[in-house]
Amino acid sequence: MKEITYVEAIQQALWEEMERDDSVFILGEDIGAYGGAFKVTEGMQEKFGEMRVLDTPLSESGFTGAAIGASLVGMRPVVEMQFADFISCAFDQIVNVAAKNFYRWKGRTPIVIRAPYGGNIHGGAFHSQCPEGWFFHTPGLKLVAPAFPSDAKGLLKAAIRDDDPVIYFEHKYLYRRIKEEVPEDDYVVPIGKARVVKEGSDISVITYGAMVHTALDASEKLEEGGISLEVVDLRTLLPLDKETVFDSVKKTSKVIVLYEATRTGGVGAEIAALISQEVFEYLDGPVQRISAPDTPVPFSPPMEEYYLPQVEDVVEAAEKLVAY
Amino acid sequence: MDIDRDTLQQLYYYLKLTRHLEDRVTSLYRQGKVVGGVWTSNGTEAVSVGFSYALEKDDITAPYFRDMGAFLIRGITPRRIIAQYFGKKTGVSGGKEGNVHIGDMNFGVIGFPSHLADNYPVAAGAALAFKIRGEKRIAAACTGDGGTSRGDFHEALNLASVLKLPVVFFCNNNQYAYSMPHGKQMAVKDVADRALAYGMASEIVDGNDVIAVYTVSKKAYEKARAGDGPTFIECKTMRMHGHSEHDAAKYVPRELLEEWKKKDPIQRMEKYLIENNMVSEAEMKEIDERVRDVIEDAEEFADKSPYPEGKEALEGLYATPIGRDKES
Repeated sequence: MKEITYVEAIQQALWEEMERDDSVFILGEDIGAYGGAFKVTEGMQEKFGEMRVLDTPLSESGFTGAAIGASLVGMRPVVEMQFADFISCAFDQIVNVAAKNFYRWKGRTPIVIRAPYGGNIHGGAFHSQCPEGWFFHTPGLKLVAPAFPSDAKGLLKAAIRDDDPVIYFEHKYLYRRIKEEVPEDDYVVPIGKARVVKEGSDISVITYGAMVHTALDASEKLEEGGISLEVVDLRTLLPLDKETVFDSVKKTSKVIVLYEATRTGGVGAEIAALISQEVFEYLDGPVQRISAPDTPVPFSPPMEEYYLPQVEDVVEAAEKLVAY
Repeated sequence: MDIDRDTLQQLYYYLKLTRHLEDRVTSLYRQGKVVGGVWTSNGTEAVSVGFSYALEKDDITAPYFRDMGAFLIRGITPRRIIAQYFGKKTGVSGGKEGNVHIGDMNFGVIGFPSHLADNYPVAAGAALAFKIRGEKRIAAACTGDGGTSRGDFHEALNLASVLKLPVVFFCNNNQYAYSMPHGKQMAVKDVADRALAYGMASEIVDGNDVIAVYTVSKKAYEKARAGDGPTFIECKTMRMHGHSEHDAAKYVPRELLEEWKKKDPIQRMEKYLIENNMVSEAEMKEIDERVRDVIEDAEEFADKSPYPEGKEALEGLYATPIGRDKES
């Protein structure tokens, strides 16, 4: 197995799926000759042609709607949002058309929307957001958010093959910062399954995306002081794999929910609510939430650093919780 | 264009079926048998009948809520339609949806969302798929004059024009967007002018003349099928009822309605057929009877059909269910 980066894993999945299935095509802004803002589709137009790696006008609602229409007649489009922040321009098409097509009239809508999201890249309020919470509240969608190159590859393949609309949240900070050995063959990771990425006994950290790495770093630090974290990577946000979360809570009895999105009403809130409702009797302390505060993403480095959850925040919360 | 006798009679049949089905639904609504509201195409039936009858079987269409003729012509049966109005299990959506929120890809019909012109880019996308696969199929979408002020309308026209997609966009310009007259919705005189901004060919057609709508549609479809790009067609007509059946439309001047009453698309087609010997008295009678029988049968069917069970609301969220959702 070859060691590849997170972004290379995404590229691998796209290339393999395009080669495997003629109905897969990609559309979005600047993805053709330019290769995309993050060079994810570099070289693909040369290989697959202008119609299957399709440059669109700047019109997120228009091309997301077009992807929906193509999917209704048998295609499997992959939409590239240049930044996840711009997904708001396509909000109506996603939540009212794509998400409700199958429920309302059995309109099968197998689209994938790739959403490069997340901060720590000094992108400011419109190039750093974590918009998964907006869609987490929308029945009919599936949401995935890989944290490792292997999951980036396997989940993208699963998303493309899935018959429902899937938003694929790929974390920009991870693109070229992490490497991992990834199976070179047809590697598919099922949607709807979380993974315990590090076993531990004292506290469960339920997290996803770039924060998985923050949790792992915190775990190493805490290990020195004898505190053992179990890190659960959700991988799929919708539908949530409640069993894996509950199993971990039952084992450790203490929980930190760690997420990069803003605090109120998001994925973390839902996990905290589920835990208190379903496995309350196993708890041995209050569920802790570590997240970004309820503000837009600030620009200046000290402010952004303050805004984003840090390893120290996890360490501090874990030390308090373990003593509870 | 030479249109044969059979086609003319079919156009007339569907005009009448549309009018009478919606009239019947309206009266069932007044009796309290319809769940929710009723929105009809009364006075504008020639638009959906004309553009839908001109489609080929393998084409697809994205109608809006004043396109009952489109649903009927594509093959969605009056039984399934009235059952849908009643909220019955046998309705097009099994009770998940109401009234004209009708879609069924088995008949090439894309489901209608209430957000007007949302299906303009969706239809463009189906056309994009046909173009990628090199198929000689086309897509036709329709919205009202009000819908042409929304962003999706503009993004779709631009996208379709830039990519030269085999799609034809229709506008049922019935003069009012709910209560708002044309002049308060847009500063252009003709909706068709909006296509100019996107370098798209456009046509203006008498929306109360089903033969004219059919003919201009055929022409635009042939052009799209030949790879010569999209067309925008504005059908000028008049909404003769309120926005919906709970709306008395007092904001519409009576004289305007009187004027358009004289241009009724059904009477007009009837006159044309008789004057040109395209229908015999016996054939006319047979058409009337067929319309009446089909509607009576559909109403009886819908009446006798069961309601879905409450818990069926949880079924069918995903095409590929996952985990626990699989069990429900």
